[in-house]
Amino acid sequence: MDFFHTIFSVMYQFGDAFAFLVISCAGLAVIFGMMGIINLAHGEFIMCGAYVTSAAGRAGLPLPLAILCGALAAAIVGIVVERLVIRHLYQRPLDSIIATWGISLIATQGVLILLGPTMAGVGTPLGSMALGERSYSIYRLVLFATSIGLLGSLYLLFYRTRFGVISRATIQKPAMARALGVDTRRVYGLTFGLGAGLAGLAGGLYAPTMTMVPTMGATFIVESFVTVVVGGADIFVGAAPAAAVLAIIRASLTAWYGHLFGQIGLLVAVIIVIRVMPGGLSGFLKRFQK
Amino acid sequence: MTLTSHGTRFAALLVGAAISGMPALAQDGPIRIGVLEDQSGDFAAATAVKVHAIELATKEINDAGGISGRPIELVIYDTQSDNRRYQEFMRRVLQQDEVDVVFAGFSSASREAYRPIANQFDGLVFYNNQYEGGVCDDNMIVTGAVPEQQFSTLIPWMMDEFGPNVYTLAADYNFGQISAEWVRQIVAENGGTMVGEEFIPLGVSQFSQTIQNIQESDADFVVTLLVGSAQASYYEQAASADVGLPMASSVNVGQGYEHKRFNPPSLANMFVTTNYIEEIDTPASNDFVERFRTMFPDEPYINQEAANSYIAVNLYKQMVERAGTTDHDAIRAVLGEGDVCFDGPSGNVCLDPQSQHMSHTIYLAKVGDDHSITFPRVWENIEPYWLGDAGCDLTKNDPSAQYTPSNPPPAQ
Repeated sequence: MDFFHTIFSVMYQFGDAFAFLVISCAGLAVIFGMMGIINLAHGEFIMCGAYVTSAAGRAGLPLPLAILCGALAAAIVGIVVERLVIRHLYQRPLDSIIATWGISLIATQGVLILLGPTMAGVGTPLGSMALGERSYSIYRLVLFATSIGLLGSLYLLFYRTRFGVISRATIQKPAMARALGVDTRRVYGLTFGLGAGLAGLAGGLYAPTMTMVPTMGATFIVESFVTVVVGGADIFVGAAPAAAVLAIIRASLTAWYGHLFGQIGLLVAVIIVIRVMPGGLSGFLKRFQK
Repeated sequence: MTLTSHGTRFAALLVGAAISGMPALAQDGPIRIGVLEDQSGDFAAATAVKVHAIELATKEINDAGGISGRPIELVIYDTQSDNRRYQEFMRRVLQQDEVDVVFAGFSSASREAYRPIANQFDGLVFYNNQYEGGVCDDNMIVTGAVPEQQFSTLIPWMMDEFGPNVYTLAADYNFGQISAEWVRQIVAENGGTMVGEEFIPLGVSQFSQTIQNIQESDADFVVTLLVGSAQASYYEQAASADVGLPMASSVNVGQGYEHKRFNPPSLANMFVTTNYIEEIDTPASNDFVERFRTMFPDEPYINQEAANSYIAVNLYKQMVERAGTTDHDAIRAVLGEGDVCFDGPSGNVCLDPQSQHMSHTIYLAKVGDDHSITFPRVWENIEPYWLGDAGCDLTKNDPSAQYTPSNPPPAQ
């Protein structure tokens, strides 16, 4: 019985780290993987989702609906930002980094000025369950399940729907797609909106567990960039296995040596991976497919 | 020509002073206070209020005629919770803005970042923050509480109440490391056991592993020395995993008003020793809260740093008026007389000339299930004795150093 408890606790820590990496990187991976845009405002889309979720939750909406509101709000902001700024910078990836960084600074300071240094959050729902001498937050298990569900739905979206076919075509051969009558500008806009919405979803999902401050996006940024860099351009053969590998590294190092080594482990893993596999995990795996 | 004109002016001042009986500085321009506090960034939630407290004190003093007839002028910079900004702005206020005194700093990392610069330009700095103690530097006046005021009271009380096994959770920088050392020492002196000690890098927001470690240990209570908004996520996560242990802290509630920001009961059973929070129900405190809210109706919370900053402006006023000048040596001489005291929102406080730290009445605040605050215990007028007893005496010498229990001042 004690053995079972230990296995469960190890799985729980792994699932917790995995969920955080997958959920926080999904939006970034879609925007980078599909469009090649390095979105430095990713953390601020997360913050947007978290703030809207908290506001909606406190206004009396049930939490799942509030989270959807957060994701939707971030998606709308994303589509607007794409239309106003990003759209003009597709041929200039370095400029788009600066532009998104500027957007992130404006968003953080703007929220600070408008809403103050902090905002009241919504409490974590679902309570806890006891197992042996330990107790676990049930919401953390929901987050793990959500991360798996998220990967599944993205797979279905990109490989089983018309939008998926068109968007993949637009990304791989934009000129050909245009020649076949695809409105590529609209596809780019929607894809960016999807990425921003996924970031908002991350904010919404983690809002009940975190402090609401304008800079909260920063705590997701390192993890999400590390996952995307290790994973490479493809979210399914890249980001998902990268999150699994990094979650094992992080959870075990944190368990043995504490948080500091968990963080160091993540960063060392990136350095090794980009040295050995410049294309990330997905580039490496794709070489075998050929 | 310059010399002559200066000489004439000086003579005129002397004559004026002799006639009016007022100190010579009455004819000068405003007294300038540099204010370097984090109005944005990771620490803003706890520190934006400090600037408001300084503005309140300034307005009250100016309305009543200023310091010896001179108005106070504030030079405020937002340090953005960034240590490099502290260094940059400390240089700017001392060199370029030529302020008479600086009020600066929240985190101990920021204080240690600017302290060498204050020393280099011989600036006088008020650090209005509770901290891990031990700074013996005659450029610094500290109005915040220190470990012998916050931990020597709190830890033995917690051990009596809940048991001898202690788990410390601390932010991984000088504040957390040195505070944890104090906790370790006080637990050992009282016959308790440290069953765990964990240091968390600033910015970490996910605590599942930590929560599990605490549950596996045999702790009777957890000392939380977590700093910044990311680390504050611990309480929500610990509550949702039902850790259920009492918590003790020197920083939470009193600084970051977590009991207001988080939904009950995530902060329930938290015990904090603080020299001031707005729930303290004394006439002086209620009056302070009322005046504060009149000027800043939207202030989310009036914390201990707000009270200490407010007191600091008034202490400075008193010292300048007694010295008759803003000259640092003259002000330190006044401080050395040992009777610089102020009857403020937290009761009567006095500056200790040896360490330039402040005495405090310490309130033990208990957070209830509905996040209401009660005060099970009050310790009156605790002197900041440790530095003086350990051998720091700023009236005699100035080591400009920070000492810790394991690294006390060298024997005289």
